[in-house]
Amino acid sequence: MNRSDAGVDFSINRVAAMVRRYWYLLRSSWPRILDLIYWPTVQMLMWGFLQLYVSQQSGMFARAGGVFIGAVLLWDILFRGQLGFSISFLEEMYAHNLGNLMMSPLRPVEFIAALMIMSVVRLSIGMLPVTLLAIAFFGFNLWSLGVALAAFFLNLILTSWSIGIFVAGLLLRNGMGAESLAWTIMFLFLPLTCVYYPVAVLPSFLQYVAWSLPPTYVFEGMRALLIDQVFRADLMVEAFAFNVVLFAAASFAFVKLLQSARAQGSLLQTGE
Amino acid sequence: MDAPFSSAIAVEALVKLYKGATAVDGISFHLQPGSITGLLGGNGAGKTTTIAMIMGLVTPTSGTVIVLGAHMPKERYRVLHRMNFESPYVDMPMRLTVRQNLSVFAQLYAVADIGERIRSLAADLELTEFLDRPTGKLSAGQKTRVSLAKALLNRPEVLLLDEPTASLDPDTADWVRSRIERYRIENGATVLLASHNMTEVERLCERVIIMKKGRIEDDDTPERLLARYGRQTLEDVFLDVARGRGTQREAPQ
Repeated sequence: MNRSDAGVDFSINRVAAMVRRYWYLLRSSWPRILDLIYWPTVQMLMWGFLQLYVSQQSGMFARAGGVFIGAVLLWDILFRGQLGFSISFLEEMYAHNLGNLMMSPLRPVEFIAALMIMSVVRLSIGMLPVTLLAIAFFGFNLWSLGVALAAFFLNLILTSWSIGIFVAGLLLRNGMGAESLAWTIMFLFLPLTCVYYPVAVLPSFLQYVAWSLPPTYVFEGMRALLIDQVFRADLMVEAFAFNVVLFAAASFAFVKLLQSARAQGSLLQTGE
Repeated sequence: MDAPFSSAIAVEALVKLYKGATAVDGISFHLQPGSITGLLGGNGAGKTTTIAMIMGLVTPTSGTVIVLGAHMPKERYRVLHRMNFESPYVDMPMRLTVRQNLSVFAQLYAVADIGERIRSLAADLELTEFLDRPTGKLSAGQKTRVSLAKALLNRPEVLLLDEPTASLDPDTADWVRSRIERYRIENGATVLLASHNMTEVERLCERVIIMKKGRIEDDDTPERLLARYGRQTLEDVFLDVARGRGTQREAPQ
């Protein structure tokens, strides 16, 4: 079997076609664009005002300026990154268009690449205005984190893509019955990756679970940076190593779920 | 039967089981390049599953499917760009305009000179005035024409049609049939048409394969089927087969 038979050929042109398709869809509907900005803004304002109140009551929190806003903004990269990936995929199921795509020359790897690009596009539309509002309301400048922000972003977006790929596989195999997972699966990460508190707060058995999840290293790294003014590169390297494993596992699961969907005829029926 | 690799589509001893239920039960047929064949059968006869296995969308439980010399689904990416399909059960994205939809699929199929190809197809299928309208705002007949335009974008050598005129009024259905016929004649394409519509099959197809409960019950030209069953229409032949009144199938010649 050659590379083409195996479907590992990669065409930038086909990826561009899919990105264009999602871009047409996004720009055709202003409520879709508003939805990208609305909830991150509400969350940032709520946590920002809470932080303002707490910092007025406690010396420790006064030192830890921006830790809540920073956490909520980084959490949104993780959550919205996965949601951006999964929603673009779900759009194909809502439109009953998967059959057209699966019977076209589009390779699964190109489909996934287009979904990754769209997750960054959707994330950017949602997050850029919110980071500017955080500066205006609370004087918290996420962009001032510089290289650290790049490392945080890379690790968080890799995790969000891994979860998005796994959920796409579940949707292909199980149809719309798995839709709710696309919206809720990331919330499992909210308590376990210690977004708003240090890992030390967890019972010891849960700490093992937490340290096996890449975002935990990012949130610990963020607290080290904002509270102790130290950039923990070691944490970012460990997060990246876990991300490589997670991404490989998610890709393997996707391939197996797609094979199973072809065997079970699930691609013919993508309804409930 | 001709050698599998000289046929446009060669299906051999094809079986598909879904959790113990038999959807396709050991069917075999070869389609010659440039031929047009009707796949007839009632609901649950296995037509759609057969087409899906030919497209590589469903993995056979056993047996082989060879399309344009490529084993499906293993080697599907060698030939998917030379095939296309149309079905009323697979939609085009509704919010995108007709032009946007066609240009996205044209890019996926690596069509050269996309703008000109869309203009030419739109003129041929009388879609020019709808090109910049959202696909979801079109009537059923207009949507079918858009789906047909998508299916013809890459000038496919193998065209698979799953009930292409379902839910269309007689006039529009007839118009769609004439376009399919013209495309095949002008391009020498191999067409496999799954349908419930006997008039459609009788008009378009030079060969008819009748399926029932996953098996091929008969396979011949429309004229010979009519003569052999002593019937005036394919609908009567179909009813004879469906109700078990069919004559024994002749040995292949």
